[in-house]
Amino acid sequence: MAKVTMTVNGRKVAKECEDRTLLVHFIRENLGLTGTHVGCDTSQCGACVVHMDGKAVKSCSILAAQAAGSEILTIEGLAANGELHPVQAAFRQNHGLQCGFCTPGMVMTAVDMINRYGAVLDEKTVRENLEGNICRCTGYHNIVKAILAAATEMGAARQAAE
Amino acid sequence: MGVEGIGARVTRKEDKRFLTGKGRYTDDMTVPGMCFAAFVRSPHAHARIGNIDATAAGEMPGVIAVLNGRQMLDDGIGNLICGWMIHSKDGSPMKMGAWRPLAHETVRYVGDAVAVVVAESMAEARDAAEAVIVDYEELPAVTDAVTALADGQPQLHPEAPNNLIFDWDIGDAAATDAAIAAAAHVTQMRIVNNRLAPNPMEPRAALGIYDAADDHYTCYTTSQNPHVARLVMSAFYNVAPENKLRVIAPDVGGGFGSKIYIYPEEITCLWASRRTGVPVKWTSDRTEAFLTDAHGRDHVSTVKMAFDASHRITALKVDTIANLGAYMSLFSSAVPTYLYATLLSGQYDIPAIHANVRTVYTNTVPVDAYRGAGRPEATYLLERTVETAARELGLSPVELRRINFIRSFPHQTPVIMNYDAGDYDASLAAALQAADWDGFPARKAEAASRGLKRGIGMSCYIEACGIAPSAAVGSLGAGVGLWESAEVRVNAVGTVEILTGSHSHGQGHETTFAQLVADRFGVPIDSVSVVHGDTDKVQMGMGTYGSRSGAVGMSAVVKALDKVEAKARKIAAHLMEADESDIVIENGTLKVAGTDKSLPWFQVTLAAYTGHNLPPGMEPGLKEGAFYDPSNFTFPAGCYICEVEVDPETGKTEIVQFVAADDFGNIINPMIVEGQVHGGIAQGIGQALLEGVHYDPQTGQLLTASYMDYAMPRADDLPSFQVSHQVTPCPGNPLGIKGCGEAGAIGSPPALMNAITDAIGTNALDMPATPARVWAAARAAAN
Repeated sequence: MAKVTMTVNGRKVAKECEDRTLLVHFIRENLGLTGTHVGCDTSQCGACVVHMDGKAVKSCSILAAQAAGSEILTIEGLAANGELHPVQAAFRQNHGLQCGFCTPGMVMTAVDMINRYGAVLDEKTVRENLEGNICRCTGYHNIVKAILAAATEMGAARQAAE
Repeated sequence: MGVEGIGARVTRKEDKRFLTGKGRYTDDMTVPGMCFAAFVRSPHAHARIGNIDATAAGEMPGVIAVLNGRQMLDDGIGNLICGWMIHSKDGSPMKMGAWRPLAHETVRYVGDAVAVVVAESMAEARDAAEAVIVDYEELPAVTDAVTALADGQPQLHPEAPNNLIFDWDIGDAAATDAAIAAAAHVTQMRIVNNRLAPNPMEPRAALGIYDAADDHYTCYTTSQNPHVARLVMSAFYNVAPENKLRVIAPDVGGGFGSKIYIYPEEITCLWASRRTGVPVKWTSDRTEAFLTDAHGRDHVSTVKMAFDASHRITALKVDTIANLGAYMSLFSSAVPTYLYATLLSGQYDIPAIHANVRTVYTNTVPVDAYRGAGRPEATYLLERTVETAARELGLSPVELRRINFIRSFPHQTPVIMNYDAGDYDASLAAALQAADWDGFPARKAEAASRGLKRGIGMSCYIEACGIAPSAAVGSLGAGVGLWESAEVRVNAVGTVEILTGSHSHGQGHETTFAQLVADRFGVPIDSVSVVHGDTDKVQMGMGTYGSRSGAVGMSAVVKALDKVEAKARKIAAHLMEADESDIVIENGTLKVAGTDKSLPWFQVTLAAYTGHNLPPGMEPGLKEGAFYDPSNFTFPAGCYICEVEVDPETGKTEIVQFVAADDFGNIINPMIVEGQVHGGIAQGIGQALLEGVHYDPQTGQLLTASYMDYAMPRADDLPSFQVSHQVTPCPGNPLGIKGCGEAGAIGSPPALMNAITDAIGTNALDMPATPARVWAAARAAAN
């Protein structure tokens, strides 16, 4: 057993877990944050994507113990003050989700993508960067639309702030 | 229509919880004392089970019990069944072999469960499952249906010699043969419809909770039809009587057919909970999903299509062998028969059709309905054949289709179906225009200048949805009726709850069903809650599959709303001292026509509950229920055009344009309908270009059991889609809806394959059109 301490969605947490516990299971089972999902066993589907120290990671591919001391952001921590994050709002506006199961990973990946590329994102780049996230419902059409819309909006907001 | 009524592009009510991580799926459920199940599964495709030694496993940390199939048999748990009886041509019933939830004598596919471990943690359960020692006597296996039918092959079930489940036919064989003999031209093809794994992103899961004090069971499960699950588990599997079994399908992460069926795992979790006294949860991992979720398709067919001298189709003859896997899954027999062969007329006026279908046991996981279920197989066969015929006859594929379109309705086909409405020319014209069909030669020439082979292909599909008229399906062998139920509960302050037997696992019912109320009473959708997926809340329902939630489920809501409206009108007329026939409802207000008298909706509903001043003899309250049984299937149809570029050096196909023109009848929410089409097309493209289940033919091992091996469509495999709608309202239901859930998966595979074969200049290409296959086919054609 290991005692693992980390900051999750701005809150410091410390929990005992087996050494072999994956970060995704730590988040889901030890912390009860079930928004992060498990959709495969081979790090392919991306339903488990969270941010670790500001970067998107597949939480099924890292041990909880390896994440000790880090800052983790899960889908539950994305909306601030009850307002949807622009990426969440864009997914809703563009019908970028159906069953909702891949959605948390998609949104976390999209936020990371926009953080990296900014408003210059184009459709080809979005599609290439979604390679590690599988959706079976939407055909990706509206997910791509949503990410492009959010990138434009966030870029405009950033410009306005500067 | 109003801003939230029928036809409005309303964003979804359910999205907020999914977008903020607050969705509640079965694996998210936790109850006090909950333990975890891990299944011990056969590593062999075919074997006799010897001794099961659980001694070491039973002593491992956290282990509560290791249970096996003999104990389950002793406790009276029944066999899994197929609920649709098909008789062979000779009148004999289908040969249903025994399927035990936990096998105790023979395993028949890799993944067949033989025991279950219950332990305090998931990891402990899995560790212990690996320590259970099962002695197997290996038997030879067969995975391919055509091979399995031959003499001298491994035999799966004693009831079914040569593994033949049934040998069924439909249509007029003599008339068809005569028309083929007299034809000016006959196009012949061998068509393989590749086997697919449905792959909803949420793996299956079940949580069984037995309450000894009340002798009551609760099952949380990933189901598209929790009421059917309860019915079948009660009536056939002997888990518990219906009044002592509550089935809850909470948020479900996609289904595509694979979550219709009642699988061994949910039965086992309920039984194990009673055996152990603790709640038992099982969650599939992805490899288990590949091994145990019902697969789809897997047909091998030969087809002959006959033409007269003026290029009219005079006959169609089809012989199909369908692989049903190791056991007959719940609706498996209906898929390659009444959901397939009845659609073989397509959009064409064909005077004579005959189809023969043989279904076969193999040492593979059971095969059942997957998005489209039989209709994609029919459409693929027909649309590949029509396209090939056009090439053989030297006609434009557009022209050949137009010559043969059905144009007068109702139209009785030779294979049962009676098409009620449609306009196939309209969808074809819309697709041709959107695809700039006439500009293709210039684009082809431009691609050639870049060294690429450009091709264009189309498919004109029809499907039968709105499943289905109960008496009709009953006469064809269905064990259940396929109506739907609804209840509308109006609260005293005018807010509304809709209870429906339909189940939403991505389709957005919480929004679209609420739009019906907004449209009728002017109640904002925020004041309408849609309740579904819980047998304790909704009395009965048949669930969601076959694009039936709109055409059947919403029709039931409409019937209940009609009753609510009738009572509300009576109350309003009484309160305003007017004649009932003068009451009109506008924007949430009940008015007396031609006067300034009016009452807001909430005052009428409040009056229903105070009961202070109701018409004489009227009961208080405002709550109505309805069952709706459709009078016919519905017939969505459309035209898809796909354009590709093939690199002759690598065989890689890029889809450069995809156009869909669909007629779904009236549409409640275009945004949601478009989303359904996008997703369906992606699955169809997946089938045509990427996906395929492969078993090793000697050992029966599943070779495509992870996302490293099974090619799921990813964002960079697909283009954006151009989608449009043409509307001929369905005359058979009150909303004029046809259904939209499966069309994309039905119409797209032949359009894509016709485009690739156009590009490379050969008709000899099977799905999935991987680069290796396309390259080899192009080389063979060139030589």
